[in-house]
Amino acid sequence: MQLRKNIATSEDGFLFNPSTGDSWSANSMAAEWFAWLKEGRSREEIMDLITEKYEVERSRVELDWEDLMKQLQEARLLQS
Amino acid sequence: MSKLRYESPAIRKLNAGGMNKFGTRTEYEPVYPKVQFAWSYKTNYLDAVCRIFHQEGSWAEVVSGFEYEKALGNGVPGHRILFNGPEKTEAELRRAVELDSLIHIDHFDELYQLTDIAAGMGRKPRVAIRVNMDTGTYPLWDRFGFNYENGQAMEALTRIVSSGRLELIGLHCHIGTYMMSVEAYRKAIQKLGSLAVHSRDAWGIDIRYIDIGGGFPSGNQLRGAHATPTDALPSIDEYAEAITDELQRTGFAPDALPLLMLETGRALIDEAGYLLGSVLATKRLSDGRRANIMDFGVNILFTSFWYEHRISPAQPFSHHTEDVTIYGPLCMNIDMVRQHASLPLLNKGDRVVVHNVGAYNMTQWMQFIQMRPRVVLIDEQGAVHLIREAEDLAFIKLQERIPPHLADA
Repeated sequence: MQLRKNIATSEDGFLFNPSTGDSWSANSMAAEWFAWLKEGRSREEIMDLITEKYEVERSRVELDWEDLMKQLQEARLLQS
Repeated sequence: MSKLRYESPAIRKLNAGGMNKFGTRTEYEPVYPKVQFAWSYKTNYLDAVCRIFHQEGSWAEVVSGFEYEKALGNGVPGHRILFNGPEKTEAELRRAVELDSLIHIDHFDELYQLTDIAAGMGRKPRVAIRVNMDTGTYPLWDRFGFNYENGQAMEALTRIVSSGRLELIGLHCHIGTYMMSVEAYRKAIQKLGSLAVHSRDAWGIDIRYIDIGGGFPSGNQLRGAHATPTDALPSIDEYAEAITDELQRTGFAPDALPLLMLETGRALIDEAGYLLGSVLATKRLSDGRRANIMDFGVNILFTSFWYEHRISPAQPFSHHTEDVTIYGPLCMNIDMVRQHASLPLLNKGDRVVVHNVGAYNMTQWMQFIQMRPRVVLIDEQGAVHLIREAEDLAFIKLQERIPPHLADA
């Protein structure tokens, strides 16, 4: 799962779709995930990074991953 | 090394793209080639806020001499100010003529007055008329401008043209507020379009702009509405599509399309405003309902008269909620912010956030019993700027005068 190529992201969690003019703000956790996605890291790598850095069960992160992907899909920000 | 606290990731759509939907920025796919926004000063005329919209390319839409001067003070040149509203004094009209503003005539008295002013000054002011009409929605806003159906709008145009003293360049309407019908905008465009086509065919006058006003809803829920705004409201894309599509069907040659002017206020600023408050006290009412008394009321949250503002706690809270009535701090029975709100149990001193307060609060608020608080602006980098000081006693007393016989109290 990757963000569409034309979506601009900023470190502080701002997402912008230049073809529609729509923009979104992400909370700091989502912004960090996007930065890792942008580096080309895989889902599994990102899960590892999160559970190493944060006090959280992997199962919770997996659920949140699915939920975030749904949000991105709904916002048409994901590559098809 | 201890691990950091985790929170679930989330994204939230921003309203910042609203203006782009009409094609104001050339790098997007424009739905209409010629679009101009004019910032509606009455929605929020804090100078810092106005300047953000002017930086984004908005002209100014004002409805009083006071707002007109504010716009000039914010660096808007006179020729980019739309002067609307039923009250424009002789002096204000003269100033608007002098500075080549776009004057939107509201009634026949104003039309005759402006014609005389133009003759006296030897100038030909650029004007539009405001048109009211039946767009199939209720209530019909017929108190502003000239009515379409009864022929007054056409009569006003005829008088403008026959006077030879005014330059007719635009048509304006503002069909209502918090309009939930896209179709109403289509009808408005059809009716303004027919007047524009008549102007071209009968008098050889090309209407250069059509000002559709505003009235688009924001994310607030109206009092008594059963559906949430997300469920009930068309998206801004749908309004843009309807307006621009209809405009292109109205009989203008492709190379002679009028400029589409928009005076959108609420839909662009409401969701950018938040009110931070605290719980002053909690109590049980006679029927056992819980009530929270806040340090903000209808004095600074005027829109609570017609919105069910979303209120959320600003600190960790239990998941047990209760139906509460939210009162403000005023010693007046009218001061009720929400009759029913589902909130966790709050205690004295707890903080809350009121959402979507950016439109019509920082203009319609009242200095009543309490003074108005400071307003801060958070910029794109997260820096906080004070843009309006809290009021103090000296400010309130500045305009008061004591007659001599009461001076020695």
